[in-house]
Amino acid sequence: MATIHPKLSDELSQTVVSSTKSVKIKIKRSNPNVNSEQKFDDFVVPIEKWTTVLDVLLDVKSHLDHSVGVRYSCRQASCGSCGMKINGKPGLACFTKISELDSDTVTVEPMDNYPVVRDLAVNMDRMINNHKKVMPYVIREDSEIDAESGIREFLQSPENVEKYIQFSSCIKCGLCNSACPTMAMDKTFVGPQALAQAYRYIADDRDKGKNKRLKVIDESHGIWRCHFAGSCSQVCPKGVDPAMGIQLLRGYLLGIRD
Amino acid sequence: MMVLRESIIMKIHYGTALGALFLTVIHIMMRLTQDFHESLEYENVIANYESVGYAILLGLLLILISVHGFNGLRVILLEMNQGPTYEKLVTIGCLAGMAALIAYGSRTIIMTNMGML
Repeated sequence: MATIHPKLSDELSQTVVSSTKSVKIKIKRSNPNVNSEQKFDDFVVPIEKWTTVLDVLLDVKSHLDHSVGVRYSCRQASCGSCGMKINGKPGLACFTKISELDSDTVTVEPMDNYPVVRDLAVNMDRMINNHKKVMPYVIREDSEIDAESGIREFLQSPENVEKYIQFSSCIKCGLCNSACPTMAMDKTFVGPQALAQAYRYIADDRDKGKNKRLKVIDESHGIWRCHFAGSCSQVCPKGVDPAMGIQLLRGYLLGIRD
Repeated sequence: MMVLRESIIMKIHYGTALGALFLTVIHIMMRLTQDFHESLEYENVIANYESVGYAILLGLLLILISVHGFNGLRVILLEMNQGPTYEKLVTIGCLAGMAALIAYGSRTIIMTNMGML
């Protein structure tokens, strides 16, 4: 179904008038709660050079089909809500401009390796559960609240911050898990997101939970099932390199890192 | 059933790969001392088995490749399907296959040295 953007309101017609280009967006539609049917709906939407995939989807949702299911929030690549497959590659809809896709047709599908809730929204329980499993917080016996001296700081050198700072940029969008070939095969694999976060805390010298975390990831569906395809690092919108984190973690388990 | 941590198993996996590579190089170099067709002649093969050092090398190579290969197979099978019963069956199956292959390969060497071939 190809639908031309209707000029229904003044606000809308202003958008149409100012635009000289349009894009055809193919949205994969499904609702597993109702039936197993999957189809693509096509919409034609006017674009500007700054228009993002999320802008187009919201345009469709506002003016052409209110029932399109899409999860989003911050619109600035901070919340990690709008992960989806854009022209076959996992990406954030709010962080992908139509102009950079270099195509007149944009195909959007839900992320792979997650159960679909509806249309482009997926269930991220698996990633969240694995993330929790690696204890993504600083573990230590003592506290920043000291009974005698009040509040104190756990100081850290800039050199140590360098060891893990890039891994702190993870926004839990789940794109890395979506791109991972092992995640596609192994339904119990812990995944690059959780492994990168395990490294982030193990490399933090304030943390004393290294052995606990290594025990969690050192099992038959843990870190050793990574084939180092590197697709997780390719798709990360925040420049995190989970593949490197995984290799560094293996160093701890092989005894070549302390 | 005693369960080794995966990191120990993978250390064995990497170690057996390196060991097998090293022994294979020696094995190929030994074969280069003769022409290819001579190397495959019955008497020469038996002579290799009867040489204690070479028989140990071949036995070790068999063990290393069996351990490495069957662990690799276990890893592939664990990725293809999951579940406690399936995983236990895969592990037992691969251990049994490994033991059977080592036993069958060693049998040839042992029989040769006992004069049964």
